Amino acid sequence: MDFLFITQQTLSATIGVNTIIFALAAIGLNMHFGYTGLLNFGQAGFLAIGAYSVAVPVISFGLPLWMAFLIGIFNSVIFALLLGVPTLRLRADYLAIVTIAAAEIVRQIARSATFNSTLGGSDGITGKFGADFFALNPFKSGIDTPILRFNANDLWVVITGWSLVAFIVFIMWVMVNSPWGRLMRAIREDEDAVRSLGKNVYLYKMQSLIIGGVIGTCGGFVYALSRQSVQPDNYGTALTFFAYTVLILGGAARVFSPVIGAMIFWFLIVFIEQVLRQGVSNNLIPDWLIGANQVSQIRFMLMGLGLMLLMIYRPQGIFGDRKELALDAKA
Amino acid sequence: MAKSLTLLTLGRSALLFLALLIFPVLLSSPAQAETPTKLYGVITSSEDEPLSDIGISILGPDGFSSQAATNEQGDWEVPILSKGSYSITINVDDLPEGQALTNPDKGTVKANVFMLGVDLRILFPIGPGIVQSSLLERSAQLTLDGILLGLVIALAALGLSLIFGTTGLTNFAHGEILTLAGLLTYYLSAIVGLPVLAAAPLAVLLGALISGFLQDKYLWKPLRRRGTGLIAMLVISIGLAIFLRYFFLFIFGGDTRQLPQYAGQAGIELGLLSFTPKSILTTVIGILLILGATLWLLRTRMGKASRAVADNPALASASGIDVQKVIRAVWILGAALASYAGVIVTINQGVSFLMGQDMLLLIFAAVTLGGLGTANGALVGSLIIGLFVQLSTLFIPTELKYVGALIVLILILIIRPQGILGKKERIG
Amino acid sequence: MQRHSGSGSDFVEVTAQTPGSAKPDPILIADHITRTFGGLTAVNVAHLEIQRGSITALIGPNGAGKTTFFNLLTGYDSPNSGSWSFNEIALNGIPSHKVARLGMVRTFQLTKALYRLTVLENMALGARGQKGESLFTSLFPWLWRAQEKEITEKALSILTNFKLIEKKDDFAAALSGGQRKLLEMARALMVEPEMVMLDEPMAGVNPALKQSLLEHIKDLRNEGKTVLFVEHDMDMVREISDWVVVMAQGEVIAEGTPTSVMKNEQVIEAYLGAHHDVDLSAEGKK
Repeated sequence: MDFLFITQQTLSATIGVNTIIFALAAIGLNMHFGYTGLLNFGQAGFLAIGAYSVAVPVISFGLPLWMAFLIGIFNSVIFALLLGVPTLRLRADYLAIVTIAAAEIVRQIARSATFNSTLGGSDGITGKFGADFFALNPFKSGIDTPILRFNANDLWVVITGWSLVAFIVFIMWVMVNSPWGRLMRAIREDEDAVRSLGKNVYLYKMQSLIIGGVIGTCGGFVYALSRQSVQPDNYGTALTFFAYTVLILGGAARVFSPVIGAMIFWFLIVFIEQVLRQGVSNNLIPDWLIGANQVSQIRFMLMGLGLMLLMIYRPQGIFGDRKELALDAKA
Repeated sequence: MAKSLTLLTLGRSALLFLALLIFPVLLSSPAQAETPTKLYGVITSSEDEPLSDIGISILGPDGFSSQAATNEQGDWEVPILSKGSYSITINVDDLPEGQALTNPDKGTVKANVFMLGVDLRILFPIGPGIVQSSLLERSAQLTLDGILLGLVIALAALGLSLIFGTTGLTNFAHGEILTLAGLLTYYLSAIVGLPVLAAAPLAVLLGALISGFLQDKYLWKPLRRRGTGLIAMLVISIGLAIFLRYFFLFIFGGDTRQLPQYAGQAGIELGLLSFTPKSILTTVIGILLILGATLWLLRTRMGKASRAVADNPALASASGIDVQKVIRAVWILGAALASYAGVIVTINQGVSFLMGQDMLLLIFAAVTLGGLGTANGALVGSLIIGLFVQLSTLFIPTELKYVGALIVLILILIIRPQGILGKKERIG
Repeated sequence: MQRHSGSGSDFVEVTAQTPGSAKPDPILIADHITRTFGGLTAVNVAHLEIQRGSITALIGPNGAGKTTFFNLLTGYDSPNSGSWSFNEIALNGIPSHKVARLGMVRTFQLTKALYRLTVLENMALGARGQKGESLFTSLFPWLWRAQEKEITEKALSILTNFKLIEKKDDFAAALSGGQRKLLEMARALMVEPEMVMLDEPMAGVNPALKQSLLEHIKDLRNEGKTVLFVEHDMDMVREISDWVVVMAQGEVIAEGTPTSVMKNEQVIEAYLGAHHDVDLSAEGKK
């Protein structure tokens, strides 16, 4: 067992690209669910919009990357409006169902043969749409130390990604500690009470939906740019559910906890996966139990099991206050 | 009439054949000067009527390329200038409805012109083609398919709706009940070797036991007793769904598995419709099960008690109903029905680890459409969703049929959020 | 009974003690309000006027439709028919938050203290026209800090008045039931309403706090506000209300001063009919 390799891979993953993506997705969900009590089960849809908005304008229409970012944010706002207008006046469960359905619609259209020419069908889009971004990369070579290893491109993504995360977390911190943030938390508690004080609850919920959605879309930007590829099946409901896992792990309703949750999540996943792989290849784990290509399936099984155990035994996550828990309340 | 036509066609073909044989012999005196030569033919329908405006395209040696179309007598001709091999293609899209090449693979005829001065007739035998299904026929078939799909959804939705009604749990792992039953059926028949007729009911029983009895006893009841919130339980069910899905993948692999029997059953034609015996049999049993479940809900004590609990658990409990027992019964019934739904799909289409996930959204759509928490609502909603999904393929590409259903779901929620049969909630 | 004289109670002399009687200076007028659920008529009020600056009690047996009527007036439910106006502004179809902004603020039967916010945060929430609540402005703390300070001061003074000042940093969940009622009332005052609608303010409150609540309600009237409250506690009704409206089976069956209403045959009938063993004095309900 090459523990050095395992350590290097695990630590790199802990601050790596996937962590950034999931941190952004979870920060968006934190806005929706942690602070406002909105059950958005379609966060994957926002990420998909971000990813496709970065690839399609550049590849199919030859637009510059910075314009693609603006298009992505615009699309994200529209999507949030489409989701919110019909559902924010209804019960929480309805938002959950509509958002899942909407994200599924996005994915089905993205992978359909009908829109194959622009959206790439089930194979998605692969191409150098990130060229403008990587052209700015000052690193000529990656880093290769015993604890961290990144190639040049990944290193650039990691540095800019974490800067983006830091910026967004800071903005969120300011907002959450303002009267606006207080209003959101009040809406999470009891909408009727807030209305009786003269506040237009619907408007504020919409704002929350849009903001959380745009943050998720930024996650999609990173997802697509880091790989210079967009695969529709990566943006299914599993992505949303794992983003929730990250959120709950860190403890909903704390500004920085989605970040910590994402780091711990990927630390565990990659660690377990590496250990299992090495165990299988070194014959420590018999072949009849786990085959080499079944390791990633075990990974997902553990993620599902982990989510269950987390919710059963420590729903407030690592940093949450049990009393402050949105999840304890009866729907 | 038909007989004389056939004779006529035979006669013509025979003449043609003779002509093709004799002509070159008769004209074997070499006339190497630029004698006009053409490729030609007549296109007639299976009723021997000339077909006009049928496009013919010809490719020949040295980049030769030409187009022609049949005239009102069905004749076409294309002059050629050199020897060599030619390829003549008929444009089948120009053929009228109901007419097609008797051999669809012979849309292109290769002809070798080894002597100029000899006109070459090209044959494209036309017969009554595969009748393009009329809109009526397609609609009828899709309606039948829609009802079958609706039935499968209904079996699963009924259980989901009842569980929601009595416990408040939105069970995201409900689809996995179908998958488990399907995989059990596969395992029992393909691996253990039981005949499908034995494996299927056994799978349903095991499903009711594992997905119903055991799941409530060891997972949900303890959680209810702890006072776990509804949203927490919802998220737990999501974790369970993910775990089970990948567990199934781990054990059974990613391929769709077919059962060893009945897999490739031939269809029966009945009027406008086509179906297989297995689909009818499984459907009839399914309908009987639903009727049975409805009777249970309406007539038996336990059934009535479950409706009471779904309506008002506190009041039901105060009237002496053992709520936990009722919930257990509802789980077993719901799991049995959903398991049978999984069996239906497996028998008719096969089973894969994704079966549950694919069905889950449709089930939610059906339950929401019909009205969350009502049994009749689940049935009505399922039928509508099933029909909509299938009939929508008349207008939108098949691959997007689920999208259509989901859009309908969203629209219904905007217009009538309580669903079709749900009760509008009092506010305040 | 000591009554603080003021326009609030003067109207009693000139108003007819009949259901739907006109008031000299009505702040709220309702006409033909009906609400049916399925086949059941929950509310059927032909005409009702509430005198500005008075304390009016809305009483009636359980199921009389009082809370439903409250919900209809404040925009939490829509009537099947009818129209009503507040300060001559028609309220048909106006959503509940706008009704609150127009100056008509309500509390709830089941207290809606926001549990995971502190007492002070609950109070601050009530303030109107907060710049910091706008999305854009919230990003720049210096734009809203000053106003926030004013709001906090106002909140602290009201809390002191309500004797909740020591609890200001506790989560609302940590308060007792009665304290939460006080908090809800105090919070409603932050909105600076013209009319306060209290839905069973005494429910679940211990006798000591009851007196405190009563005093606060009287203070409201002294400040020129109109109070309409639903109650079952007849002693309280007798002690502070200027006017009583009695509902039964969705209709207004009597109006008048507390004494006259209690002697009204129909009223007694309604209560006796509904609960023949009910004691109409303090320990009656709850």
